[in-house]
Amino acid sequence: MEVKSHLSNRPLNQGLMLTLKQASGQSVARCYQCGKCSAGCPLSGEMDYPPSQILRMLQLDLPGLEEKALGSQTIWLCLSCETCLARCPQEVDLPRIMDFLREESLRRGQAHPSAKRIISFHRAFLDSVEFTGRLFEVGLIADYKARQPQSAFQDVLMAPRLFLRGKLSLIPHLIPGRSAVARIFRKVRETESKK
Amino acid sequence: MKWGYFPGCSLLGSARELRESLLAVAGKAGIELQEIPDWNCCGATAAHNVSRLLAVALPGRILALAEKAGMKEVVVPCSACYNRLAVARHELAADEHLREQVKALVEMDYRGDVKLVNLLEMLAIVLGKDAGLKVEKPFAHQVACYYGCLLVRPPKVLKFDRPEDPQAMDELMRKIGAEPIAWPDKVECCGAGLSVSRTDLVAKLSSRILASAVKRGAEAMIVACPMCHANLDMRREDITRLTGEHYSLPVVYLTQAVGLALGLSEKDLGLHRHLVKVVFPAQPKPAPPPQPPAEKKPAEAAEE
Repeated sequence: MEVKSHLSNRPLNQGLMLTLKQASGQSVARCYQCGKCSAGCPLSGEMDYPPSQILRMLQLDLPGLEEKALGSQTIWLCLSCETCLARCPQEVDLPRIMDFLREESLRRGQAHPSAKRIISFHRAFLDSVEFTGRLFEVGLIADYKARQPQSAFQDVLMAPRLFLRGKLSLIPHLIPGRSAVARIFRKVRETESKK
Repeated sequence: MKWGYFPGCSLLGSARELRESLLAVAGKAGIELQEIPDWNCCGATAAHNVSRLLAVALPGRILALAEKAGMKEVVVPCSACYNRLAVARHELAADEHLREQVKALVEMDYRGDVKLVNLLEMLAIVLGKDAGLKVEKPFAHQVACYYGCLLVRPPKVLKFDRPEDPQAMDELMRKIGAEPIAWPDKVECCGAGLSVSRTDLVAKLSSRILASAVKRGAEAMIVACPMCHANLDMRREDITRLTGEHYSLPVVYLTQAVGLALGLSEKDLGLHRHLVKVVFPAQPKPAPPPQPPAEKKPAEAAEE
């Protein structure tokens, strides 16, 4: 028998909840809204919705709430510090759910505009790894600034101080297997575009 | 003793002193660290933020390379890399479909039998009875042991120490003659991966952690993670600019504190590479301007 949501009158566990369950094995129904995750989250005060509310949006499964969760600032501010998971009495893997929401939000092009800087940083980071096999810190900062020109002057005064202390390595480490690493990136993209 | 070793990208650049102090301490203890040949980046926060498959495949390649090189234990000094490798290892063990997928991606076999050793576990062995090392110069300071997130969480996967008030680092510090303070922010997050993209938030979080340690009389903060060190040491000027708070508390890697106690030189341990000078006691605050006479106070308040 098909169970319908008494709120939306749609079949329950469809849409995002179903994809989430399939992708991560996480069931949002386990959460009983105690709010411990929001209480312990170091950045909940900066978020547009605290973590427990994001979970509630997914639980309610009402039209419009999915988009609200996927388009929230919350999912990008989440630091993956895992405090919520360590304290959750129901062992809901909220960091895993956040990973899922970020991935889904990028796939659907629904990421919050204010998250641009954060996403640019992640992209610049992964570009460096794809091309050299390892993270090249100086290259990462240059790539990030090219994507975020308004940040061009950020941290420029720190560079000479770091250089004097031998902390800036100016030459990337090109590993012999970098083409194998680049193939991992390519094949992951192929797999994910089939989804 | 010979162990496998995964340095991670930070140790080649901004966390160079962690590598130097680690190798110096390992040398003193007669441990030979053999680097995993051709190792790649673990993907860090960036990978799992945008793709789960990538976040497992990148550490998967590292683990497969270690297996291929015949390594049984691999020392992973960076907490962030340690966490990513441990989580990937856990997910690969639990999910056969994912394992097959990752094997195909990395074009190598993967069995999953490499044991990961974090910095605390390694130093516990270095300072253990069997290594036969003596504390030559006790590190006689009050210290704030800062574990951060990634050494203890998620507890179900890492199964290392208590998640809320861990003790492993405190015990190590007592062994070298330090006095760990009791404080509630051992496992609070410093802001980690948002260091460049949201420096404002990182300054706020890191400032809170420093304030808590200073208030309780710490003379040094001890860390194990290059991300924590970057935020607590390199970001000190941003912290002052964005929060108005000035702290002179030095932030020292665990391996540096242990190295000093074992009689290694400050230079070999890379202490000169920090932006916040490592001196004990920490430099006093810049002297406050002389207190104006009481009757001038309202005028000053108006100026502000």
